[in-house]
Amino acid sequence: MNRYPLWKYIVIAVALLFGLIYTLPNFYGESPAVQVSPLRGMTKVDQGLLKQVDEALKKGGFAVQGIALDTAGVKVRFADAETQIKAKDLLQSQLGENFVVALNLVSSSPKWLSSLGAQPMYLGLDLRGGVHFLLQVDMKAAITKAIERHVGDTRTGLREKKIAYSGVSRQGEAVEVKFRDAESRGKAIEELQKSAPDLLLKEVEEGGEFKLLGTLKQEAQKRIQEFALQQNITTLRNRINELGVAEPIIQQQGADRVVVQLPGVQDTAKAKDILGRTATLEIRMVDEEHDVVAAVQSGQPPFGSEIYTERKGLPLLVKKGVVLTGDYISDAQPGFESQSGEPAVHISLDGRGARIFKQVTRENVGKRMAILLIEKGKGEVITAPVIREEIGGGRVQISGRMTSTEASDVALLLRAGALAAPMDIVEERTVGPSMGAENIAKGFNSNIYGFIAIAVFMIFYYRFFGVISTAALAVNVLLLVAILSLLQATLTLPGMAGIALTVGMAIDANVLINERIREELRNGLSAQAAIHAGYERAFATILDSNITSLVAGVALFWLGSGPVRGFAVVLCLGILTSMFSAVLVSRGFVNLTYGRKARLDKVSI
Amino acid sequence: MLEFFNIKRDIPFMSYARVTTFISLVTFIAAVAALGLKGLNLGVDFTGGTVMEVSYSQAADVHKVRATLTGIGLHDAAVQNFGTSRDIMIRLPLKPDVSTAKLSEQVFQALKGTDSTVELRRVEFVGPQVGKELYENGALALLVVCLGIMAYLAMRFEWRFSVAAIIANMHDVVIILGFFAFFQWEFSLTVLAGVLAVLGYSVNESVVVFDRVRENFRKLRKASVAEVIDNAITRTMSRTIITHTMTELMVLSMFFFGGEALHYFALALTIGIVFGIYSSVLVASPIVMWLGISREDFLKPEKKEGEEAEAEAGTV
Repeated sequence: MNRYPLWKYIVIAVALLFGLIYTLPNFYGESPAVQVSPLRGMTKVDQGLLKQVDEALKKGGFAVQGIALDTAGVKVRFADAETQIKAKDLLQSQLGENFVVALNLVSSSPKWLSSLGAQPMYLGLDLRGGVHFLLQVDMKAAITKAIERHVGDTRTGLREKKIAYSGVSRQGEAVEVKFRDAESRGKAIEELQKSAPDLLLKEVEEGGEFKLLGTLKQEAQKRIQEFALQQNITTLRNRINELGVAEPIIQQQGADRVVVQLPGVQDTAKAKDILGRTATLEIRMVDEEHDVVAAVQSGQPPFGSEIYTERKGLPLLVKKGVVLTGDYISDAQPGFESQSGEPAVHISLDGRGARIFKQVTRENVGKRMAILLIEKGKGEVITAPVIREEIGGGRVQISGRMTSTEASDVALLLRAGALAAPMDIVEERTVGPSMGAENIAKGFNSNIYGFIAIAVFMIFYYRFFGVISTAALAVNVLLLVAILSLLQATLTLPGMAGIALTVGMAIDANVLINERIREELRNGLSAQAAIHAGYERAFATILDSNITSLVAGVALFWLGSGPVRGFAVVLCLGILTSMFSAVLVSRGFVNLTYGRKARLDKVSI
Repeated sequence: MLEFFNIKRDIPFMSYARVTTFISLVTFIAAVAALGLKGLNLGVDFTGGTVMEVSYSQAADVHKVRATLTGIGLHDAAVQNFGTSRDIMIRLPLKPDVSTAKLSEQVFQALKGTDSTVELRRVEFVGPQVGKELYENGALALLVVCLGIMAYLAMRFEWRFSVAAIIANMHDVVIILGFFAFFQWEFSLTVLAGVLAVLGYSVNESVVVFDRVRENFRKLRKASVAEVIDNAITRTMSRTIITHTMTELMVLSMFFFGGEALHYFALALTIGIVFGIYSSVLVASPIVMWLGISREDFLKPEKKEGEEAEAEAGTV
């Protein structure tokens, strides 16, 4: 009665083989590597790049442990971190601006393992060190920005169609248009329904004025918010690429949040600064018709203008109308001004931007133009040069009391694009690299000592069945680690605690079985019958008790975040593997040992 | 055969039911009182704020660190040694008008100014909104786990069992929370995960006993309800204690080798395991009895259930 059909043994053997293969990469560990990938997908990843990297390193006299090409780019492995950093510097200077050269860790397991898709477990930030940010997108700002765009569009639209109005402005989250009579308002409604389908129009009569209030329709608001989030994610990705981080994670979370994880990043201050900055460039005309001093004294800028302060400290009146925004920039590089040698940013405009810029400079020769850097809703005039001649070709150089670091930061921000809406960091978790390594050691030690203690007790108490229980428990850990490696689920410190806890809980199934066998023996059943009955009767109980734990695990996964989620994943997977190993695998071992004996007088339990 | 628990006669647990229930009622009330009077010492995950851990090359001077922080205007920073004498933990409460994300940078720069050997080991910043959400989600998770377990037990056994099991387990959870409130141990997200895991785990205990109760109603035709329960508890006691000892071995291993991060997690599990044994045996079973369980409740559906279980077992 204690015999398994052949297929069951095959299932067990296959599971063990699977467990061994996919656990193996974890023992090889990871070695320091440098990853070279093209920036913004302009250059193709091919053998040519591989050759280029290889030659550069050979010339520099670096000992390369391995070099490989994959979809992300070229990865080069080194023996130690020191060589890795030197190689990174060399490659960065040799390959130039079009490539991202980042430090990375690459699995050092042999090729046949990698070709099977076997990789080491994916370590969370608390184990490998790095930064985790949760950023909240300011959706209200995105809506306000959209309304402001509509205000401008409405003004030009009505003017083009020669519809008379007495004023267009933004009132909270609505566009307000004033008319002198109902007739022109009627015409305006007709026109706006065509040109601005996003607006929900409402007629209001107030104090003899005919007004039209346009608010954003629900679906338009939703679209704007989604767009803002997507745009921000794209921008963040560009900016992070510029920082040179290998394997960053940038994901949407919920309707208005973005998770950013940067493994291995040390300089968190820089990362935070670059991520959070909302800088965009605006080119506007300087208002030279009105007097600046009078405006500053009265604190009331003339209609259509704003007061800004130049870097030299002088106030400046700048018109509200925006000539060009950062959206038209195709590239920005830090450099130096040719005459004064001051740090500067060289900007290239795209075709449309170049056309607009050419037209504006032609029409305004002799006048001043202000270049503003807008950050967090506040603008700063970087420079306000006089236009000497028409500027064609879309190449603009801005300079004005910047340090060279500032110039390169501004260039980076302009190049990476602007954020559609400002973002705030609402959660941050930073773990230093030494702490990550310590956490791995702690998690590992907890597991190993706990396992040894359990094994010693089980073997002491249940003898041969204790050995079997321990073996089943080891299979459980093996399978669990294999599945975690295969799924590339993020392993965190709570996750490692989860492995320990699963092991501690999984032994319950074996204890139940062993106790039941003992009881059946005590009740006078024969050895074979007792083993059989022990396994059969215990199964229903094992199933019930595991399902209740699974309920807790699923709820934790559903509602938990970050490290707790890692714990929940391990808990759920561990319950499933423990059912398999405690029931099927341990029974397999028992059947192999006892099942073939026709007469069994004694069981070692 | 080595046996620690070879009990020949059933222990009359149910005749002590009043006493054991009274004891658990007292502990329960004490825990509720601790919660009410002292409240939980919620970690930064739930309250929002900043926690920083820094490490010095030599023994750190807490006073100097505190002075440095006061110097940059952070009067309400809590500074304490953490783990070893070289490590320092700094807690900064949320401030409504300061950009908290930048705060940790300022602090670290200031510390670096006084001692350049300082190394930043960990920063955790949680904004007020996120903290509130984590808190709400935590409470929701607790509720979902309870309802899920109740639903499963009601389906698999009987409503009386599910009510009894959930009361027993809520009693465990409240006692764990009571300990955390009384000693003012920090209650973090990881500890909450531990509490929920223990909830799922210690229900096992009740399940094992109830399984036996169900089986006994079938087998022991002449026994009274109290005798049936006594027998079920006595028969499963050996397993209960061994299983929990094994789990506790693992938890102790985490407690001693897992470092500060797993310290309170392991502590919560330990309390959960100890009280889990007590409550599932001595709280859940009397409740089932008082709710008026009887053999008739099992006669018809029980037979069907039994067959099902057999069939399932047979396929393995």
